[in-house]
Parts: sequence; structure tokens; C-alpha cells
Amino acid sequence: MERNIMRLPGQRSGFPGSKKFSPNRVMNIIFLLIVFLLVLVCLLPMLNVAATSLSSELAIINRQVYFWPVDIDFEAYKSVLRDVSMMRSLRLTAILTVVSAAFSMLMTILCAYPLSQEKFVGRGLFSTMIIITMYFNPGMIPNYINIKRLGLLDNFWVMVLPVGISVFNMIILKSFFQSIPQSLRESAEIDGASHWTILTRIYLPLSKPALATLTLFYAVGRWNGFEDARLYISSRELYPIQFKLYQIINNLAAAESNMEGVAVKMMPYTMQGLRNGSRPADRSVLTSVNVGGMRTTDSFQRSMPMG
Amino acid sequence: MTKQQRRMVLSGPGLEKRRWWKIRKSDYALYIMIFLPLLYFFIFKYIPMTDIVVSFKDYNMFQTVWSSPWAKDLLKYFKMAFSSKDFLRALRNTIVLNFLDLLVGFPVPIMIALLLNEVTVFKRFKRFAQTVLYMPHFLSWTIISGMAMLVLAPENGLVNILLSRMGAKTIPFLSNKYLWIATYVGLGIWQSAGYTAIVYLAAIAGINPELYEAAEMDGAGRLRKIWHVTLPGIRPTIVVMLILNLGRILNISFERPYTMGNYLVRDVSDVISTYVYRVGIESQQFSLATAVGLFQSVVCVIFLVTANIICERLGERGIW
Repeated sequence: MERNIMRLPGQRSGFPGSKKFSPNRVMNIIFLLIVFLLVLVCLLPMLNVAATSLSSELAIINRQVYFWPVDIDFEAYKSVLRDVSMMRSLRLTAILTVVSAAFSMLMTILCAYPLSQEKFVGRGLFSTMIIITMYFNPGMIPNYINIKRLGLLDNFWVMVLPVGISVFNMIILKSFFQSIPQSLRESAEIDGASHWTILTRIYLPLSKPALATLTLFYAVGRWNGFEDARLYISSRELYPIQFKLYQIINNLAAAESNMEGVAVKMMPYTMQGLRNGSRPADRSVLTSVNVGGMRTTDSFQRSMPMG
Repeated sequence: MTKQQRRMVLSGPGLEKRRWWKIRKSDYALYIMIFLPLLYFFIFKYIPMTDIVVSFKDYNMFQTVWSSPWAKDLLKYFKMAFSSKDFLRALRNTIVLNFLDLLVGFPVPIMIALLLNEVTVFKRFKRFAQTVLYMPHFLSWTIISGMAMLVLAPENGLVNILLSRMGAKTIPFLSNKYLWIATYVGLGIWQSAGYTAIVYLAAIAGINPELYEAAEMDGAGRLRKIWHVTLPGIRPTIVVMLILNLGRILNISFERPYTMGNYLVRDVSDVISTYVYRVGIESQQFSLATAVGLFQSVVCVIFLVTANIICERLGERGIW
């Protein structure tokens, strides 16, 4: 995104440090101000919720809480920690997220690698078949009937297997694989490497940023997933966290100032924080998302043959 | 693209036609690899497609899909849907919400991307801003709806506290129909605009810098460069995003309206997905719900194909 444009003599660089007033500089300030406002719009609601969750009930009723907690009070968090079913949902969802992301990544890699191979006979047919599923969705009820027939209703695996491959993510990975120079693969082939070796020794190590990003996508998707639990899960032991939260928030919608509700709303942020700690550095995620985004639009235009 | 060109692309540059009897032995591994993914697509995507016949049958839970009798009038459930007020309301709401989403929400990520691209000073702040802007994308709708209930609450919500301090009246964001629609669209932008902007930023990064130099030589200012270089440069991306969004005009997520809605605004918040859920899962009218779902999917495909054809006519590349 950085552009090194040669400046003509006598032209101002537009940096705030440059002494003279220039239209370029005014523009910079305006752009920065707008971006700053956007950042505030994104951050302030979250800050307000965080502050509310840490404030005493009295301060909330007196409408004193803005972006900083008033009369700090951890009671809300304590009551969440004491809630056994809440903790169970959290634990379950954590396990679910790990299992689901691992399964999805395995399937996505196994699908993307063959499709990225030029000489793979049947590539066009398989791609078309897979792409069709992205554009034509049979709908909620046929999926439900199918799950029921498979005996997966109210089962842990119903939240893992049906969401196995996201075609979108698969295309991102496939395009990433395709951007790896062919010569690498060919020389390995000449040395007698099989496809398994090429995949595990060359392709996977070279696409670490893409793999990290996709794992993040899958994990976040599973962590935030709500619809399939709403449809397929009925026993309390299997409620994932989002479903649990939905129920609690809904029950408390009437009693707005209830502290527990506020803390419950805050809980996911805490979790978000935990997860952020374990994910790759922000910058590398952004770069690979960038790459992913670019390649995805690119592949929509080009590389996925359609019939 | 002509048919011949397409065939060339399909068979790869300079390769002889791929035939099944020319499969190399070492390539067998590829078929072993793709076996599981194909099985996945077969079981979870293609078999449900056969279950669509339910919409033409008198299906009930105690029979299998194939043993239940065909409906006397094959289109019975489609007719039933289109004569039901609830379905027509859901259809209207879906179109209205998606259309507003597109109208108001589509340009925002483009503007954010252009804006971020123009910030050439304070690199650190820029990176921070980018991270903050895409953060809401990682929040679930359950959380966002919960937050909205809190921040937009009529009594103790932040927005209304601030408004009342300024002497304005309390605004019932989530209980007035029209305000609910506005909140729905606004939250959609809040959640996804920053993230979608990444796609456009990536496209902007791919623009040849020489074009900017040339424009500068011709005396173009910053706004002119945005208008004459950056925007044309990302036009293919904009078109693809537009097609994808148009294709989704009847496709509405379940979670967003379901978690945001309440009984006060049912009249505008009940959309196709929530309607199918209510009719199909809650009151067990599987055939009716499937018919509605099928109608939705078919319209989606038609929209997508049409939008794509129009784009190709206009000289853009389209999505396939």
C-alpha cells in the first residue's frame, strides 16, 4: 500500500512536519480525522460495555457510566464464574473449537492440494461440483432431515462434521498453493518425491501464513457459530457458548440493568482476549488476509473453471 | 471469453488434453487425498439436495422422504406459501433489509479502503485503525445484539444518556419498526465494513504505481488521482463484490435478524430464514418450509447468473 512516488521539485511532501501550509497537508489532516472518528465508532461501544460490566449496579441505574467503570465491582464476573452451566458451555466450546478447526483444516488441505495440481485429471469436474455447492444451498429443512437421518441430532459431532469445508476458504488455500512456483514441485518430483512428501515438505511449510489465517477463520466461525446449535442441539450439556449467551441475554432482556447479564455480555470479550493472545502476530494475520482477499477475488475471476 | 479460450484455460497452458487413461501412477495419491473431501460434499451437500423432493410430497416425521406420498397437487406447498400472509411478509422484509444493506452498506467499505489508502502519515496509527476497524467482524451476532440492547437501551443505554444530556428525546432504537430497520442496517455496517475493506485494500495494492506517477505528471491532485486511478483500478473487484451481493438478495443470514429481533418489531424483522425456522423446525411443517427454502435458493441462483451475464455484457469479467 505504500507508494514511492518521486516528488517533483518544489512540491510539498504533505507530512505534518512540513513547514508551509499546503493543500496536501490539509487533506492529510482531514483523512486522519475521519479515520479517527471511525475508530471511535468501533471502539466506544465496546468500551462502554466493558465499563458497564465493571461498574456497580447503582452507578448504572444513575446513568453515570460512560467509558470508564464507576465504583469498580467484580460481582458480575464472580456470578458468571459461579454459574456451572456457563462454565460447562465454555469448556465444551473451547474443545469444540479446537476439534472443529483441526478437522476443517485437514479436510481443506486434502481438498485444495489436488485441485491446485495442473495435471490432476478430473480437476475441472471436481471444482465445478464443489463450486455448485457454494451457490446452491438446498435450505435449512433438507439439511435438517439429512442430519436427522444420519443420526447426528443432538450429538457433539453435528457441530464439527457438517461445517467441515468452507468452499470459500478452500479456494483461498488452493490459490495460495497455485502461487507456489511449479519448479519447486518439479524438482522434488525428479528427486522421486511422492505427492504426500511434496505436500508435507514443500507446500505446507511454504503456506504457513495462509494456514494460520484459515485456522483462525475456522476457529472464529466455530466459536461464534449459533445457527447449527439452535437447529440441532437440544440437550443442555451440549449448548455451545453462543447459544447459552443468547438464552441468557434473551431472558434478561426484560430486566435491563441486571448485572449478571452485563457480565455475560462481556464474557466473550475476555475470551476474545485469551484467543488473541494465542493467535499469530496481528500483522502477519493482516498480511495473509490481504493475500487471501486478493487471491479470492482473483480466483473468482479466473482460476475456478465453471463448466 | 469465447468457448475456445475457456477450453484453453481449462486444459492449462500448452498441455495436451488430459484424459483419464493418461493418469500417471504417482497421481493416484491425489485421488486418495480428495476422497474424504468429496465424500464430505456428497454426504452433507449433495444428499440434502435430493431431500428437496419433500417440498412436493406430504412428508411427515414418521415416514422416510421416499416413502411418503406425493402431494395430490405437486405445487400444493408453493401455492400454500404464496397465499400465506406470513410468508409474503417475510419475503418483503428480506428484500427490503437486503436492499437497504446493499444500498447503504455497499459503498462504505470502498470508502474506508480509499480513506485508509490515503493515510500516508502516522503509519502506526494507520495499522492500529485497520485492526480496530476489522475487529467487529470477529464478534458473533449474539454478542453484537446483546451489546446493541445495552448501548441503545432507552433508559440506561449510552446513546440515549448522551442524547438526553444534549436535551434530545429518548430514541427507542430497537422497539420502533423503522428505527429497528435503521439499527439493523447500521449494525451490519458496523460489523462488516472494516473487514470487507481489506478486500478493496488488497485490490488497491495491486494497482501499478506508475499510473499514479503519470497522473501526477499530468497535474492531478489527490482527489483526482482517487477518481481517475484508484477507483478504475479496483473496478473489477467492485463489480465482483456487487454480483456476489446481488446474488444474495434473497439470502439472509439467520443469526442477525433472529438475535436482533423482538416481538415488538416482528412485523419488519421476520425474514425468510426465521420464517423457515419457525414453520419448519418449530411447527414441523417440513414440506411448506422446504418449498420456501427451494424458492429462495432458485431465485438466488437466477439472480446470480443474471447479474453475471449483465456484467459480462458491460465488459467486465464476472465471477466465472
